[in-house]
Parts: sequence; structure tokens; C-alpha cells
Amino acid sequence: MNAPSYNFAYLDEQTKRMIRRAILKAIATPGYQVPFASREMPMPYGWGTGGVQVTAAILGPDDVLKVIDQGSDDTTNAISIRKFFGKTAGVATTTSTAEATVIQTRHRIPEAPLHGGQVLVYQVPIPEPLRFLEPRETETRRMHALGEYGLMHVKLYEDIARFGHIATSYAYPVKVNARYVMDPSPTPKFDNPKMDNCPALQLFGAGREKRIYAIPPHTNVVSLDFEDHPFARYRFDAPCALCGAGDSYLDEIVTDDKGGRMFVCSDTDYCETRQAAGHRGSESAAPHREVAHG
Amino acid sequence: MVEPRSDGLEDPPLLVAEGLGKDYGRLTACKDVSFVLYPGEVLAVVGESGSGKSTLLQLLSAQLTPSAGRVSYRMRDGMLRDLAALGEAERRFLFRTDWGYVHQDPAQGLRMAVSAGANVGERLMAVGWNHYGRIRDTASSWLQRVEIDTARIDDAPRTYSGGMRQRLQIARNLVTEPRLVLMDEPTGGLDVSVQARLLDLMRNLVNELGLAAVVVTHDLAVARLLSHRVMVMKDGRVIETGLTDQVLDDPREPYTQLLVSSILPV
Amino acid sequence: MIDVCGAEKTFMMHLQGGIELPVVRGVSFRVEPGECVVLSGPSGAGKSSILKMVFGSYRCDGGRIGIRHHGGMVDLAAAEPRQVLSVRRSTIGYVSQFLRAVPRVPSIDVVAEPLTASGMARADARDRAGALLRRLNIPERLWSLPPSTFSGGEQQRVNIARGFICDLPILLLDEPTASLDAANRAVVVELIGQKKRQGVAMVAIVHDDEIRRVIADRIVDVTAFASAA
Ligand SMILES: Nc1ncnc2c1ncn2[C@@H]1O[C@H](COP(=O)(O)OP(=O)(O)OP(=O)(O)O)[C@@H](O)[C@H]1O
Ligand SMILES: [Mg+2]
Ligand SMILES: [Zn+2]
Repeated sequence: MNAPSYNFAYLDEQTKRMIRRAILKAIATPGYQVPFASREMPMPYGWGTGGVQVTAAILGPDDVLKVIDQGSDDTTNAISIRKFFGKTAGVATTTSTAEATVIQTRHRIPEAPLHGGQVLVYQVPIPEPLRFLEPRETETRRMHALGEYGLMHVKLYEDIARFGHIATSYAYPVKVNARYVMDPSPTPKFDNPKMDNCPALQLFGAGREKRIYAIPPHTNVVSLDFEDHPFARYRFDAPCALCGAGDSYLDEIVTDDKGGRMFVCSDTDYCETRQAAGHRGSESAAPHREVAHG
Repeated sequence: MVEPRSDGLEDPPLLVAEGLGKDYGRLTACKDVSFVLYPGEVLAVVGESGSGKSTLLQLLSAQLTPSAGRVSYRMRDGMLRDLAALGEAERRFLFRTDWGYVHQDPAQGLRMAVSAGANVGERLMAVGWNHYGRIRDTASSWLQRVEIDTARIDDAPRTYSGGMRQRLQIARNLVTEPRLVLMDEPTGGLDVSVQARLLDLMRNLVNELGLAAVVVTHDLAVARLLSHRVMVMKDGRVIETGLTDQVLDDPREPYTQLLVSSILPV
Repeated sequence: MIDVCGAEKTFMMHLQGGIELPVVRGVSFRVEPGECVVLSGPSGAGKSSILKMVFGSYRCDGGRIGIRHHGGMVDLAAAEPRQVLSVRRSTIGYVSQFLRAVPRVPSIDVVAEPLTASGMARADARDRAGALLRRLNIPERLWSLPPSTFSGGEQQRVNIARGFICDLPILLLDEPTASLDAANRAVVVELIGQKKRQGVAMVAIVHDDEIRRVIADRIVDVTAFASAA
């Protein structure tokens, strides 16, 4: 540990115990939002203080930490969180999905299948899926308690009425373990199927709203839909321009100032791993994306 | 004297209020109200502002806990149940399916930012309807029944006139074919011509669907047009009750006579 | 069909310092099927009040109003509101002195309503309503209009049509011909004759001596019941 003025992983032991209790309760009631006493962290709320507190509470000295932001290991946000834990907990960090034991994420689930023993920690801005239509917290809590979820379908109905299909493509609501409806945080709905029956433990932390919820390993997670408008993943017209993957979530990137653009994997580790294994896409001749050195 | 047969007279009561009362500290908003409502029967509760009408409606719908007495309701399985003894989930389910509640202010009974179709469809989705096309068709046929142009199905009630909002609220309530509808001043705040249209519509729907209803109103013309029976309230108590034409044409109590004499002929 | 026995009615006028207004006492008469009883007496004698007591709109302060209903006798003076409603649905029809129409409802539906209310299909009910309106000389172009803008005589004919359309065993008529011309009075007399032949028991109030002579099987003088006497 190279910063002895901090407690391990920044938070004091009592706070971590409090958060762990909330996590245990969340695991015991999959999809249910457990309130916790969120602490101030040395970063602004928008930076995922909820996820950071969850990570701080579960991290052990032997853990290997990966942090991604929109699938990328090299955004300012991802780098600073990784540095933060490197400094306060002295844990090993990685960009490899396969090697990590704890992955903190904002807006994506890695493309490579997760395995047992891994923990995926989501940063959540707004944990309440019903808030869109019912702003009263007392009422939404009662709706969860009684399993009254008609309102969720009202939102999907509105989508279809307005756009002809369910246009919600982020934060697409799911029902966990056939009981609680949950907001999967602003991940694209492309990632929703990965939450179902996932071998890894999934934890969700909302700092500003002081809520923690969880999906234990191998839990049933169903995306809400209508019989005549079933949930559909998301289809990309072309494979990744760099690694040729046809099964990954793509970001559009601008390649030059003349309007040139291409579609590449948003999961940088996935893309690079594939390229290293010799997979090629249509633009592979073009210069590689810059890889930052976290 | 031989009891007459048929005509639904042997139907058991749908709603039974026994000695209902509500105090707010030292103030008595409602006291010792008892009545029985049968399927298909419309009861008007009249009285002036502050007479306890809305309090009564809230007691009947279990939104308020009575200080005294109780309300029982015959569930679809035929059992008469004390509302206070129902679990919250059961009560709320009843509220969304077997009951309707029409607020004086449609903004309280509608989701103003959500399309008319979804406003009507919400109760269906709440009871598990999961087919968009069928939900939409049902919503659209209800819009027709309440005389709203189906071309407006995707517009939010924000963009509707007062009369349309009230009709939409009625459609939203009736879509699950409830057996009991509670209405608090359903025509309040509307122009006379708009009121007439709404009343006519409500009369027809109540007849067609065989709804039982409790209608709170201070407008005796509304009571006259919609109800079979009238209950007159004053200072939280029922002072007179009977068939609508009996009470309005032959009022007995001083207060009822005053009410009847202070309106234009209806 | 009707057996009124010792019925009485007093109005208590609370707004006029609680004065008591005795109207009738000891009202007793019977009406058999196919019979038309006409109530007579000067204005204010209580004719309309008695009719309303028989219909159940006015509550009695004493006595009984026996009505044969579904094969039994019901005392309307003591009946529950639901029972009164049931009697009105299937036993007693009433043609009031003035039409009390629902706003916005077309005349033809005002007339057809008693039939649809008792379960007849709308189209059939409208057919019968139309036939009756035609017979009462209401021009077809008026059928789709609400009667609120009609002349007094037109409104009264709509009212009569509404009262006569049902096949109920008892019919109460309060001055059905008051504002009608000779031709339409004759139609009403014809309609009453037809009801009689069908065995309907009727109680009527008519001021016109000639009409009274034609329709009355028996005249009951209401002054005999005047309680002020
Ligand atoms: N929540 C409350 N707290 C205290 N007093 C109340 C409350 N609600 C109603 N009251 C009082 O109880 C009495 C009856 O009120 P209620 O609202 O039932 O009357 P209302 O007949 O519905 O009147 P209106 O016709 O004006 O709607 C009034 O004196 C009112 O001020
Ligand atoms: Mg009120
Ligand atoms: Zn790629």
C-alpha cells in the first residue's frame, strides 16, 4: 500500500461493513433496491460514487480490478477510478475481462462471457425504473412491494404508440427472478440478455440516490415486452471495422475531419483481444485506435 | 303481502356501509352513515360544501380509515368482505379492477403527460394484458364509447378540453368493467352544455353496464338525471334519504327543502 | 290492480315557518284491470298529489297504496326504494303534466327509452317510438331533435308517447290532453281506449268535461278527501 494515510480502499471499516450488509440484503432479494447511507467520495456524483463505494466495500488485497466506461478502459473516468483503487487499496489492475475479479462499469457489460467468481459493479445514476411515470417515492415503493408493474408497460406502450416499436434502447427495464422490476442502469438493451443467468455476481450502486441492488449468479432476468412487440436485442448492419466481430456492440467513431467514420467495438478489450488473435475487419489497414496506458 | 319476485330484487347487496364516521380531532367530518347499495343502483350524495360528502367517498373507497363503523364489499367470488380486513394488495387490486373512481379534477385521475391510449390501457396492463394491439384496440373502442375522436388516441390529455378529459377519465375507469364507480362532482367545473353531454353519456354507460355508483354532487340536476336514490348530508350526517324523486319532489327536512328551493327548476 | 286505502298526505313547509299544509286524508279507491278512474275536483284539491302517491313520488303519511305487482300485492307506502323502482319498471307507467327531458337526447330516444331500459333492442324500440310519434302527429324531422326547444303541445305529445309506449298493467295520466288541439286530443282518447281493451288499469286527471265523459268508467271526487274540511 502506497498511501498509508487512507484506510484500505479509502472507506473506513465501519462504513464498509454497513455497505456489505446492504449488499448482502440486496443479494438476498434480487432486484430489490436496498437503501444505504451513501458517503461522500473524493469525486463528483456523476462519476459513479455509488459503484465506487460498492467496489471499495468488496475489494480484497488479492483482487484484480478492471474499470470500464462505455466499454472502454481508457476514458478519463475509467482511468481515474482505476488509479484511485490502485493508490488507496494497492490492488492489481487490468484491462482484461478474463483476468479481472472485480469489474466496475458504467454503461456496458463486457462482451467476453463473465465467469463464476467475478463481480460486476454497475454505476447507477437513477435506480428507480418507475420514476418516469410516478415521481412519488412512497408510491413507487408501494408498487414494488405489491408487484404492481402495469406502469412499466405504460412506458413501453408509449414507445410503440409514438415510434412504432419499443424505442427504449438504454436502461431497458427487466424483471429479476420473476419478482422485482429493475433498471439495469443506462446500459444499452443490447446487453440485457447478458444479465440473464450470468455466472458472475452483479451489483448496482447509486450514490446520489443511496440505493444498492443486486443480481446473484445464475438468476433469471427477463426484459419486459409485449407479446406482439417482443424484446429485440439490437442489430448492427455491419461487423466491427477493426476486428470483424459480428456479435458485439458498436460505437461510431469519426476517423478524420472530412466526415469519415466507422463502426468499431465499444468494448476495447474485446476488440483488441480479437485483433491480437488475428481477426480482421474492413478498416484494419487503417491505424489502430490509440491505446492509452492506464 | 307477497314479496315480489325477480327484477334483481333478490340480488345481495354490493356495498354496505354501517355506522361510518370520521373525526378530524374535535371536528366530525362524517358521522353514523349507513346505507346499502345494490348492483346496478346509483346513489347520489348531495349536500353543500363541507357537508362531508368527499370524506364519505374516501371512507367508502378505503382511502381514509374510518373513526367508527365499517364498509363491506361483495367480492367477485360472492363473499361480503370488510374493506378494513383486506390486505393492501387486495384492496389496491380491487381499486384497479372492480372499482372506478372519477375525480372532480381530471388531472388527479389521469396521467396528464401520457397518451390517451395509455391512460385507458393502463388498467388492462395492470391486470396483465400483454398484447399491444389488443390493448390499443380496446382503448380505441372505449374512446369511441365516450365520444372522443380516435384520431386523438396518441395525444396526451394535456391537449384535451375539460369535457374531453372528464370523458377520458371515465373511459380509463370503465375499461376493466368495474362493478362499482365512485364519482366526486363529476360535472363540477364544466360548462353547462359540456355537462349535459357528459351526464347523458354517464347515464347511458351506467345503464348499459349495469354499474352501481355513488355520485357525490351538490348539483341536484345531476342527482335527478343520474341517480335512483338520494342521500342528503348536512354537517357530516345523513338527514334524509329516499328515492330521488321522493326526496327532490317531496323533501321533508328543513335543510332539504332549502336545497331544493334554492335551485332553478330541473 | 290498485287498492288505495286511507292514504293521507300533509306537507310541512319548513321554509314558511313550519306551517303544516294538510292535503288529503282517507283517500280510498280501487281500480280494476281495463278500468279508467278519473279523479275530479277543483284546482288544489290534491289530484296530482294522489297520483304521485300512487306512483311513489310522494310519500304517504298514513294509509296504504296497494299495487298488484308480479302476481302479489305491494304496499308502495311502505316499500323499500328498490321495490318502488321495480314496480315502476314493470307495473306502473306515469305520464306527468310536463315533460322532464334529459338534455341532448333526441325525442325518438326519449320516447324509446322505457323500452330499451327494459331490455328491448334499440332499433326495435325506435321503430315503435317512431310509429307512436307519427300517430301523435310529430313530424319526422323533429324526431332527432331534443324536445327542449319544442312547443308546449309538442313536448306534451312526446311525453304521452313515452308514457304509452310500454305495455305496463297500470298507467297514471296527469292532464294528458291539456295543451293539445282537437285532433291530437282525439288521438289520445283513442290510445286510452286501446289501453283499456288491453286490460290496463288507469287513473287519470282531465279537466275537459267531454273527454272525461268519453274515457271515465268511474269518477272519484277528490274533495271528499280534503283533509282541511
Ligand atoms: N383532512 C381534513 N382535515 C381536517 N378537516 C377536514 C379534512 N377533510 C375535511 N375536513 C372537514 O370536514 C368537513 C367535511 O368536509 P368534506 O370535504 O367531506 O366536505 P364536502 O361535502 O365534500 O364539501 P365540498 O362540497 O366543498 O367538496 C369540513 O368541515 C372540512 O373542513
Ligand atoms: Mg367535496
Ligand atoms: Zn472489434
